[in-house]
Amino acid sequence: MIRRLLVIAFLMLSAWPAFAVNPDEVLADPALETRARGLSAQLRCMVCQNQSIDDSNAELAKDLRLLVRERITNGDSDEAVIGYVVSRYGEFVLLNPRFETKTLLLWGAPVVLLLAGAVAMLVAARRRTGKVTGTALSADEQARLDAVLKD
Amino acid sequence: MIIELGHYALVLALATSLLQAVLPIIGALRNDHALMEIGTVAAKATFLLMALSFGVLTYAHVTSDFSVQNVWENSHSQIPLIYKFSGVWGNHEGSMLLWVLILTFFSALVAVFGNNLPETLKANVLAVQAWIAVSFSLFILLTSNPFNRLLDAPGEGRDLNPVLQDIGLAIHPPLLYLGYVGFSVCFSFAIAALIEGRIDAAWARWVRPWTLAAWTCLTAGISMGSYWAYYELGWGGWWFWDPVENASFIPWLAGTALLHSALVMEKREALKIWTVLLAIMTFSMSLLGTFLVRSGVLTSVHAFATDPTRGVFILMILILFIGGALSLFAFRAAHLKAGGLFAPISREGALVFNNLILTTAAATVLIGTLYPLALEAVTGAKISVGPPFFNMTFGLLMLPLMLAVPFGPLLAWKRGDLLGAGQRLFAAVAFGLVVGSVIYYAQNGGPIMALFGIALGAYMIAGSLTELFLRSGLGKVTGAVAWRRVSGLPRSVFGTALAHIGLGVTLIGIVAVTAFETEHIVEMKPGMTTDAGGYTLRFDGLRNGKGPNYSEESGHFTISQAGSEVAEVWSSKRFYTARQMPTTEAGIRTFGLSQLYVSLGDDMKDGGVVVRVWWKPMILCIWLGTVFMMAGGAVSLSDRRLRVGAPARAKKQKKPVLEPAQ
Repeated sequence: MIRRLLVIAFLMLSAWPAFAVNPDEVLADPALETRARGLSAQLRCMVCQNQSIDDSNAELAKDLRLLVRERITNGDSDEAVIGYVVSRYGEFVLLNPRFETKTLLLWGAPVVLLLAGAVAMLVAARRRTGKVTGTALSADEQARLDAVLKD
Repeated sequence: MIIELGHYALVLALATSLLQAVLPIIGALRNDHALMEIGTVAAKATFLLMALSFGVLTYAHVTSDFSVQNVWENSHSQIPLIYKFSGVWGNHEGSMLLWVLILTFFSALVAVFGNNLPETLKANVLAVQAWIAVSFSLFILLTSNPFNRLLDAPGEGRDLNPVLQDIGLAIHPPLLYLGYVGFSVCFSFAIAALIEGRIDAAWARWVRPWTLAAWTCLTAGISMGSYWAYYELGWGGWWFWDPVENASFIPWLAGTALLHSALVMEKREALKIWTVLLAIMTFSMSLLGTFLVRSGVLTSVHAFATDPTRGVFILMILILFIGGALSLFAFRAAHLKAGGLFAPISREGALVFNNLILTTAAATVLIGTLYPLALEAVTGAKISVGPPFFNMTFGLLMLPLMLAVPFGPLLAWKRGDLLGAGQRLFAAVAFGLVVGSVIYYAQNGGPIMALFGIALGAYMIAGSLTELFLRSGLGKVTGAVAWRRVSGLPRSVFGTALAHIGLGVTLIGIVAVTAFETEHIVEMKPGMTTDAGGYTLRFDGLRNGKGPNYSEESGHFTISQAGSEVAEVWSSKRFYTARQMPTTEAGIRTFGLSQLYVSLGDDMKDGGVVVRVWWKPMILCIWLGTVFMMAGGAVSLSDRRLRVGAPARAKKQKKPVLEPAQ
């Protein structure tokens, strides 16, 4: 936490803390603006520490916000806007990494872990219940039981 | 001279730690009482020496002794006393010293309160604690010495980072470390059990209070840090899935799992091996967090590579302890006999389910945090893993767990009745649905997921109360009898209910603020108004002011509702002269559990100023829920059974109280 505060403080060195989205950037159409905000929250400010362009007050973030709004106003779909930004800045800008070979482990891990854990749980449970009900008596035990019952 | 005394005390503490690290364990092997007893003495001595060392550093900060490099870099003669004081740990070196101080504090607690532990177990636990203390004392002395002097003492310090000049710094790190480092005791107990190759329910009974205490502190630390970031950073966010936050959240998730599995072990002698592994993993995550935060690896892999001394040192500690512990586990776990049988549908089964989800969640956050670093190191490809990823994966994992929370306490040990528990939760489900519908009408609709989330929170609250209600037998017996029954219940039952209620409250806060928050970004001139959350905010004008080490510009706002003034609020921007650094001091007004959050932005040429106003409905629920969780932890901790050394409850009670078997 402290570290992040420090980094953020460092990034604010330039001037008075400015805001992320400024009034002059806001689109007139509320529906388009909502879309722009949604997209901005998924794009990383490249010069910041773990901030989206929606939260950041860096110049580059502002440029990207304007770019996103420009594409939206030109009628691009959300996917097209994201695709365009990625084509210019690389996948590093995506805060939500795409599902592909190199992120297979990232996306797959929760599912695999959950399944592996569930299987382990079931196996352990079966082993336990197996113990509870017990296996068939050995011939020796059966003989002793018979002997006892006869008495 | 005094500074050198502190330095010397630190070196001496290392020496006593070394004794504590070696002698008791030899004593335990040879069954030599005198050697084992040395561990107890050395643990107390180490703590006192550490405290002395820390006290000296504090003295240097409070008296602004700028001949000490650490003070010069992180303090200023003009800052208020509280920041001189908290500035001791507002930097790398001091923070590490606090870390070790708290570690030795816990060792001393074991030494003082562990008189009824089996002698060899206590000796081994203290030795393991000392191994950790030795490693980190060496780390401080070799790479991060806070007592380094400057040859020419400068006249003025470079000031404490302005963002840290807040009461939050005085509280947040100590609480966080009490939690983080508190898990070291569980780790040491686990290693000691592996060394001895013996573990029983009594072991779990000793481990549980430590886990509870550490968990409660960690909950407080994380929650406090979240609120601090919320009001200090000035854009109203309260959780960012930042690697530094994750570094404390992963041990919290693992610790929460440990809390629950230790319960199974204590009550039913089951899950022994798993509990030991979890105790090891929880503290390993604390160590990993320390590495992530302290090595600089997070800022950038390259920064880490250019000055790797500190990072590599902690990495070695990390490998040594995690690797060593896991190897020991691999060799010795087979010696720990599993016991306690149970059916999949049972209280134990529910707690196993809890552990499955929580450990998967911890692993998911861990992998998400480390993946970009690992991928870049291996392939050179740069990707980001941010809030959208964590929100989705974590949210999906938590959903089944939250649905299951009220079921757990209603299931019987060994073999439970899922259908019966479901029937008893009927009222809770109905309550959740009613609350969801009420919100639906109040908000004129709203996102379906948000309504579901709030209903889920309400269901968890009602479901957690269901157990207390059923146990009291209210409705079947008279009020007086019900009251007697409830007051006769073990404290841990209330602790469980409180913590689970807290989870519901936090969920409601998170969902409400995410779905129904409103934000207004406007350019305002004096006299102009804007509306937010049913209130009207009037901007009255700006005023310039001056603090001891900063200048500030403050905006005054009058808040009115339906034409009548109800409150006023100041929102400021500060500029700290020594570091040439600006900060925002957001103006926050609380209405019930909701808040109005006002931040000042750029000044406009025409005399206006950019103002950002948020209406944050029910936001206080987020932290209120964690207060419930902490209260739950504290209440459970006060349970007689958990107080190690508490004499068994007197046999004859005034009136025997019938209560269902646990």
